[in-house]
Amino acid sequence: MELVCPAGNLPALKAAVDNGADAVYMGFRDDTNARHFAGLNFNHNKAELGIDYAHDRGARVFVAINTFPQPSGWKRWQAAVDSAADLGVDVLIVADIGVMDYARERWPDLTLHLSVQGSATTHEAIRFYSEAFGIRRAVLPRVLSMKQVEQVINESPVEIEVFGFGSLCVMVEGRCLLSSYVTGRSPNTFGACSPGSHVRWEETPTALESRLNGVLIDRYERDEPAGYPTLCKGRFQVGGHTFYALEEPTSLNTLPILPELKRMGVAAIKVEGRQRSPAYVAKVTRVLRAAIDACNLDSDGFTPDAAWLKELETVSEGVQTTLGALHRPWQ
Amino acid sequence: MAIMPIKRPRLALGPLSYFWTEEQLLEFYQQIAGSPVDIVYLGETICSKRRSLDSDQWLTLGRTLQEAGKEVVLSTLTLIEAGSELGALHRLCQSDEFLIEANDLAAVQLLKGKSFVAGPATNIYNQRTLSFLTKMGMRRWVPSVELGHEPLVDLQENRPEGVETELLVWGRLPLAYSARCYTARAHNLPKDDCQLRCLDYPDGMLLSTREEKPFLTINGIQTQSALTQNLSHQFDNLCQLGVDVLRISPQSRGTLKVIDLFDDLRNQRITVEEVAAWVAKLAPLGSCDGYWHGEAGMEKHLEQIEGASS
Repeated sequence: MELVCPAGNLPALKAAVDNGADAVYMGFRDDTNARHFAGLNFNHNKAELGIDYAHDRGARVFVAINTFPQPSGWKRWQAAVDSAADLGVDVLIVADIGVMDYARERWPDLTLHLSVQGSATTHEAIRFYSEAFGIRRAVLPRVLSMKQVEQVINESPVEIEVFGFGSLCVMVEGRCLLSSYVTGRSPNTFGACSPGSHVRWEETPTALESRLNGVLIDRYERDEPAGYPTLCKGRFQVGGHTFYALEEPTSLNTLPILPELKRMGVAAIKVEGRQRSPAYVAKVTRVLRAAIDACNLDSDGFTPDAAWLKELETVSEGVQTTLGALHRPWQ
Repeated sequence: MAIMPIKRPRLALGPLSYFWTEEQLLEFYQQIAGSPVDIVYLGETICSKRRSLDSDQWLTLGRTLQEAGKEVVLSTLTLIEAGSELGALHRLCQSDEFLIEANDLAAVQLLKGKSFVAGPATNIYNQRTLSFLTKMGMRRWVPSVELGHEPLVDLQENRPEGVETELLVWGRLPLAYSARCYTARAHNLPKDDCQLRCLDYPDGMLLSTREEKPFLTINGIQTQSALTQNLSHQFDNLCQLGVDVLRISPQSRGTLKVIDLFDDLRNQRITVEEVAAWVAKLAPLGSCDGYWHGEAGMEKHLEQIEGASS
């Protein structure tokens, strides 16, 4: 199983490569990728340095161009594809049919992976992208149970990558518009969910309130830890009760089921978090590298080291982890 | 912008997004048969556990509506996870009796070469995607609900020959789909033992903020807006853009009135101001049109129009 790690900037890319990533993924400094955050991502010069750094050390470089261009922005996506091809990246991670069609026509030798934003949850959807654009790998949305992941792998015409660790989307990726409903900006159109530009913190006499474009996402008592107001992870009222109606602030962690993923034929494990610090990337990459190596040596005897789990918990959102949809009762 | 010949748009009733009983469904569609709507989308698009009608009953209903003069389209499940769901999709896509609305790329894969409609969750945002899918057999597309007026102008000007555009003009916005069932979660039940609680909520469950402001609607694995998107005041604009079909999304109450209002609008029996006077009654939690203006979907620009009518 290949370990694919996030590179939000050059120090994070180096941290990933130095700590054992087989591949890193990055984006350009605009809305052509799904982590379009201020101060993040690569310009041409930094991308060149990063690609050289990774290639010199035997790691592959993937570039995510995985948002959905609208007519007025089309040229920017086209330029991003051309730029990635010119830079000699190993893989483009793509989601939009139009972008794939362009990449296939203009750069027929460039390897394409279907982004999680492509929202393919079945082998038939994957077959569509494989037959139409020759994608070589698909990243699965975090909505499938273990049994369903295995079914997809068994029937898929291409290899499968799954998320192994990081912040958890509870909605099927590529088809969630909650963020644009509230802010006008979604992962699909703008490359960001619950963007920081629309977040406001307010102190009241008794509590701290987080708002997204004016909408109250959560309210914290004095001694409660406050989390970033990702809008699906706030507390809301349904049927007279106030609770995390959609999802708690948690991170996905598949360490306990690594041998199972390997047995099923998962080709690659992806770590989420291009928006996180180089220290996060270093830590998570190191732990995942050790775990995958241990699993490769002896998958039957594999148990996740307590120290690894502890280390991952310190960097988890909400300081707790879950198997998410892979574990049926979560659903 | 080039001036296009103004055409009277057709009206469509989108697929029902909620879980109703067999009786509720049959009674509702019997009324629809007598309504001025031109196109009716049938079938379950949210959850495969909702089986008030089996596939044969949907087909029978389709034939009845066809005899009543409606164009019938069968809609596919949006989020497909289980092997059994994929099997059902295979069977549906093999049927040649009705046009099919693909709500996932798996459906597009199974329908390519035939005529099909691409639903709002197929993520068509640009001309190249539109052209590609048209070559595969798409003959009508429903833009993602977050696509606004400005990109639509571009896409309409350059759209391929023979493909129709259908836009959601009235209804709660479909915003997200999940592996998790939020209705079951709100009842502290696991999804695998949901006890079909959605049946108790013919218009979904309201999710409010802690300030008690209506925010979202929980509908099983789907999340919708609490507000109703209303584009009735954009009617002239939509005609000018050459939007062929106006989609109305069903609710348990008021849907027939909404259909009548849009029918009156297209036949110039009523003005947009007169429609505006009905909005508060038909969308009791409020209406919105922000996406149309390229803004947050929950925003509302209707005040001026509603003000003008008073």
